[in-house]
Amino acid sequence: MMYDNFALDCFVILYLTFNRFESLAAKGYLLKKYRFQGVSGFSALGSPKQSQDRTKINSWFNRVFNTGGQILFKKISLTASAALLVSTSFVAAETLNWARAGDSLTMDPHAQNEGPTHTLAHQIYEPLLLRDNTGAVEAALATEWGPSADNPNIWEFKLREGVTYHDGAEFDSEDVVFSITRAMSEHSNMKELLSSVKEVRATGKYSVEIETNGPNPIMASNLTNLFMMDKGWAEANDAVAVQDIEGGEETFASRNTNGTGPYKLVSRAADSLTELEAFDGYWGKGEFPLEITKINYTPIKNPATRVAALLSGEVDFIQDVPVQDLARVDGDENLQVITAPQNRVIFFGLNQGDADLKTDDVEGKNPFADLRVRQAMNMAINREAIQKIVMRDQSIPAGVAMPPFVNGWTEALDTLPSSDLDAAKALMADAGYGDGFSVTLHCPNDRYINDEPICQAAVGMFAQIGITVNLDAKPKAQHFPQIANSETDFYMLGWGVPTFDSAYIFNFLVHTRSDERGSWNGTRYSNAEVDEMIVSLESETDLDVRDATVAKIWAQVQEDVLYLPIHHQVLNWGTSNKIDTVVSPEDQPKFKYFTLK
Amino acid sequence: MLSYIVKRALQSVLVLLAVGLVAFSMFRFVGDPVENMLGQERTNADIERLRESLGLNDPFLVQYWDFLVGAVQGDVGVSFRQGRPALELIMERAPATLELALVSAIFAMVLGIVLGIYTAINRKGPITNFILSTSLIGVSLPTFLIGILLIYIFAVELKWLPSFGRGETVDLGWWSTGLLTWSGIKSLILPSITLGLYQMTLIMRLVRSEMSEVLRQDYIRFARARGLSERAINFRHAVKNTLIPVITVAGLQIGSIIAFAIITETVFQWPGVGLLFIDSVQFVDIPVMASYLMLISVMFVGINFLVDMLYLAIDPRLRDGKGS
Amino acid sequence: MDMLKRAIASDLFWSFKRSPVAVISALVAITLILAAVFAPLLAPYNPFDPASLNLMNGFSKPMEPNAFTGESFVLGTDDQGRDVLSTILYGMRISLFVGALAVLFAMVIGVVLGLVAAYAGGRTDAIIMRIADVQLTFPSILVAMLIFGIAKGFTPIHLRDQMAIWVLIISIGLSDWVQFARVVRGAALVEKSKEYVEAAILIGRGPVAIIFKHILPNVLSPVLVIATISLALAIISEATLSFLGVGAPPTQPSLGTLIRIGQGYLFSGEWWILFFPAVTLLLLALSVNLLGDWLRDALNPKLDD
Repeated sequence: MMYDNFALDCFVILYLTFNRFESLAAKGYLLKKYRFQGVSGFSALGSPKQSQDRTKINSWFNRVFNTGGQILFKKISLTASAALLVSTSFVAAETLNWARAGDSLTMDPHAQNEGPTHTLAHQIYEPLLLRDNTGAVEAALATEWGPSADNPNIWEFKLREGVTYHDGAEFDSEDVVFSITRAMSEHSNMKELLSSVKEVRATGKYSVEIETNGPNPIMASNLTNLFMMDKGWAEANDAVAVQDIEGGEETFASRNTNGTGPYKLVSRAADSLTELEAFDGYWGKGEFPLEITKINYTPIKNPATRVAALLSGEVDFIQDVPVQDLARVDGDENLQVITAPQNRVIFFGLNQGDADLKTDDVEGKNPFADLRVRQAMNMAINREAIQKIVMRDQSIPAGVAMPPFVNGWTEALDTLPSSDLDAAKALMADAGYGDGFSVTLHCPNDRYINDEPICQAAVGMFAQIGITVNLDAKPKAQHFPQIANSETDFYMLGWGVPTFDSAYIFNFLVHTRSDERGSWNGTRYSNAEVDEMIVSLESETDLDVRDATVAKIWAQVQEDVLYLPIHHQVLNWGTSNKIDTVVSPEDQPKFKYFTLK
Repeated sequence: MLSYIVKRALQSVLVLLAVGLVAFSMFRFVGDPVENMLGQERTNADIERLRESLGLNDPFLVQYWDFLVGAVQGDVGVSFRQGRPALELIMERAPATLELALVSAIFAMVLGIVLGIYTAINRKGPITNFILSTSLIGVSLPTFLIGILLIYIFAVELKWLPSFGRGETVDLGWWSTGLLTWSGIKSLILPSITLGLYQMTLIMRLVRSEMSEVLRQDYIRFARARGLSERAINFRHAVKNTLIPVITVAGLQIGSIIAFAIITETVFQWPGVGLLFIDSVQFVDIPVMASYLMLISVMFVGINFLVDMLYLAIDPRLRDGKGS
Repeated sequence: MDMLKRAIASDLFWSFKRSPVAVISALVAITLILAAVFAPLLAPYNPFDPASLNLMNGFSKPMEPNAFTGESFVLGTDDQGRDVLSTILYGMRISLFVGALAVLFAMVIGVVLGLVAAYAGGRTDAIIMRIADVQLTFPSILVAMLIFGIAKGFTPIHLRDQMAIWVLIISIGLSDWVQFARVVRGAALVEKSKEYVEAAILIGRGPVAIIFKHILPNVLSPVLVIATISLALAIISEATLSFLGVGAPPTQPSLGTLIRIGQGYLFSGEWWILFFPAVTLLLLALSVNLLGDWLRDALNPKLDD
C-alpha cells in the first residue's frame, strides 16, 4: 500500500518546504521512496507499477498545491529546492533524458543525410523498411516487399493499413509516391541513395512499385532511412519542396513535423532541448514495448560534461561515452554500459598514385608508390597496442577496410598483417628507404573515437621503422576537404556502409576518382581493370557472379595495400541501469524498442 | 563639435568595415562548409555545384561585397547548419548569453568591490594576504579547467547543482529567461562563477589600488583631521570616489566576458551565442560566424562611441574640436 | 642615468627583500623556469621523440610498475605512454617560450606604437588608436583564433606542425599589444609635456632620439608591470586556445595541451594526467602573477606606507 506512511510523507514535504536548510536526510527519504534521481528534472524511470503509484501521488500533489496551496507553492519555489523538484517534475510519464554530442540539423526528413538528424527523425517519422536495433531489416510502413517476379527492374511494396499521422490523416500509397519523389528532388540530400530509381508508382491504395534503371539488388537497404511524409500536410503547409539549406531557405517542414512514428514533437530549441512524447494513435501499440513515453533530447558537446551529466543522474542515456570513462560509468551502481561493434572501419589512406609527394622530404620520388613501403607501414602498425591502450579494448583490430557487417567480408580478408618490425625494416631497406623519410599525416580531431590519439600512436609506430611522421590534426571541417581536394598524401578516414554492401565501399574509396565515382578515394589509385569490375557490380543480377567479382576486387585491393586498416569501431552507450536495449550498429537508438527493467 | 561627432561616427563605420573584412577573410581558412553540408555519398560533381550555388567560387571581394550589401539591409544570410536566418538564430540565443554575462558581471562586481574595499582598508594582515593570493588562483588556471572542476565537485560528487544547460526557462515572448525558475537559477550558479572569476579578481585588485590611492588624497586627510570616523571616511568619501574609474573599467570588461562566454558555454552546454559560434566554427557556418563577429563589433564600436561622446560632454576641452 | 638605474634597482631590491611573498614566488618562478630551460638535461625521457615511445606504457600509475612492460614512472605516464614528468618539463618549455615571445612581440609593437602615437599626435595618433580600437573590439581569444586560422591557411602544409608554435606566439602577441600601447601612450603624453622634452626639442634633437632616448626610459616601469602580468596571461591564453583546438600540437604539447588532454581523464581515475600539469601551470602562473603584483606595488612608491 502506497499511503501507509502518508502522514510521514506530509511531514517530510512540509519540513522541506519550510526549512531553508535542505535536510539531506529528509530529501534522501523522499528520493529513495519515489525513486527520484538527479538534481533537477530527474528521470522517473521505473516499473509500470511505480508509475501507477506516481500517478496517484501526482493527483494528490495537484490537490494540495492547486487548491489551497497557490501561495505556498510560490514560496516553495524560492526556498526549498527539493520541494519544487517534487512539484514540477512529478509526472506519470516514463521520461528518458537523452544526450549525445551533436544535434539534429533540421526536422525536414529529406534535407540532410546525417546521423543525428536521422536518429531524431526515426522517432517521429518512419520509412517503409527499418533496421531494428540489431541492424536487421524489418517491416515498418511496408509489410511485404521484394523484386517483382516478372520484371527484375521493379520492386513491389505492400503497405501497412490503418496507419495514421500525428495529425490524424491516413497513410497510403499516395504519400509513398510523394515522399520518394520528394526525396529525389533537387535539394534533397537523400537523392544519391535513389539515383537508380526511374519512377515510383501507386498500384493501389496500399501498394506501390519502384522502377529502377536496371536491377537493384540492394533496394531495401537504400530505403531504411527514407522517411514517409503526408502529402496533404506538405501541400497544405507549403512544404512540398525539400528545404534548400544551401539556398538559405527555411520551410514549415524544417521546424514542424507530422510523421507516423511512435513519438511526436512537442517542442524544439536547436542545440538545447527537444521534447518528444508518445503518439497515442501509433499503429505499433502492442507490437513494440513503447515503454518510454516522454523523451528529452539535449546535445552536450563537451565529452567531460556529457559524462558528468550521466554520472550525476541528470541524463539517463548518452550515446558517445569516451572510452576512458566506460569503467567509471559501468562501475556506478545506477548506470551501465552497453556495447556493440559499429558499422564503421578506421584506416589510413596513402597517396600512391602521384609521381612525387608534396609533404615528404624525398626529392622527385613517391615513397608510397613502392609496394614494399606500404607493406612495411602496414606491418609497423601495432593494432593490438592501439586497441589495448588507446581504445581500452573498445575496438576490433582490422585487416581490411570493410566493417564485418558488409556483404563481401570474410575472416580471411580481415586477418591482421603480422606486426613484425624487423621484417618491416628489411622491406624499407629493400625499397631503398633504410634511412627512412618524413611525411605529414593529416588527421581529424573531432570525428572518430579517439582519432587524434590513434594518429599520435601511429606516429610513434612509424618512427620505429624510420618514417618521421609530422602530425597535422584538425577539426573535420578542415580535414575532409583536404581529402576531397587531393591536398593530403597521408590521411585518416573512417567509413560506414549504410547499404551493408561492398559496392558502396568500392564506389567511393576504390574506383578511380571521377565525377560520379571515387569521390572519397584520396589515394590517387587508379586501376582500369578494377574500375571495370566495380561498374559491372551495378547491373549484375546473378548474385553468385556478383559475389565472385566482389571477392576479386577485394583480393586486388589487399594485394596492392590500398589502405592501412586500423580497426572497426565499437559503440558504447551509457545508460541508467533501468534501461534495457541493445546497441544499434548504426548508432541510431530507436526508442520504441527500449524496455525498462 | 558637430564635426567632431561626425568624424568620430565615420571612424566607427570604418572600424566596422575593417572588422568585417578581417572576419570575412578568416572564413577562407576555417574550412570548407561544403563537406559538412553534403552527406558521405556526395560526388565531386555535387561539391562543384554546391560551391557554385553558395557563391564560394566568386572572387573574395565579390563575396565580401555581397555580404556587406546584405548586412546593410539587415540580411546577413542563412545558417548553413540549420537553414535558418543567422540573425534570428543569434537573437534567439542572445538572452541566454546576456543573462549569463549579467549574472557573472554582478557576481564579479559585488564580490570584487566588497573584497577590494576590505583589502584596501586592511592593507596588511593574514586575511588580506589570503584573499589576495587565493584570488590569483582564479586567474592562474584556464577557464575551461575551472568549469570542469566545478562540475566534478558540485554536479558529479555532491549532486547539488546541474552540470549543463539552463534548466527550465520561461518564455516571455521576446525573451526567454532562466531567472524565474529555481532550476534555471541553480543552472546559472556554476557557469557564472566560472565566467566571473577572472573579472572578480580584476575588479577586486582595481578597487583595492584605486581606493588605496584615494585614501591617500588630501581631502581624506582633511576629513580625518576634521575628526570624521574611519567608517564615514571609508564609505562616504573613499568608496564613492573609487567607484567611478572602477565602473568605467568594468564596462570595458564586457567584451572579455562575452568572449570568455564562448568557453564557459562550451563547457556547460549553455545554449547561448558563444556555443552557437563554436558550433558554427566547427561546421564552417559562415553566415552565423560573420553575423556573430559583426554584431559583437557593432556592440563594441557602439560602446566606444558612446564613451567618447560622454567624455565630450564631460570634458569641455574636447569641445573646440581639437581632441582625438 | 646609470646612477638613477642603480638607485631604482637597489630600491627594488630592498622592497623585494622585505616581501616574503615576492621572495617565495621568485624562487618558485625561477626554479620552474630553470627546470624548463634545462628540460633536456633534467627530464628522464624525451617525450618529443616518437621513436622512443612505447604505447604499451600508457596509463602507468605514478611510482608503480606498468602492468604490461614493468617499467615505472615517477609521475606516471599519459595516454601515449609518455612520462608525465618529462612531458611537463618539455611542455613548460613550450608554454614559457610561447608566453615570453608573445609578450615580447606585444611589447615591442605596443611600446613603439604607443610612443609614436603620443609623440606625433594628431592624425597619426588617431589612426593608431583607432587600430587599437579595432583590436579591442575583438576579444583576445577571438583574435587569436582568427590569426591562427589565417596563418594556418598561409603556411605550406608540410610546415604546419612546426609553424603552430610561431602562429600561437603571433596570435597571442597581436591580441595583447593594445594595453601596452595605451599605457605607454598615456605615460608618454605626460612625459612629453615635461620641460626636459621641450628642452631636448629646443636643442634640436630628432624625434627618434627624443622618443627612444628620453621618453622611453621614463615609461618603462608600467611596461615592466604589464609585461609580467601579461606573461602569466599569455600562458593561460595558450592553454585556453588549446581547449578550443588551436593550441600547441599534441605531439609537442605545451602545459595547456597537456591539461586539455588530461581533463578527459578527470572522471576515469587517471588523475595524474591532469593533476600534475595543472598544478605546474598553477604554480607557474601564480608565482609570475604574484611577482607582477609585487612589482606594481614596489614601482608605485605612493602606495608604500
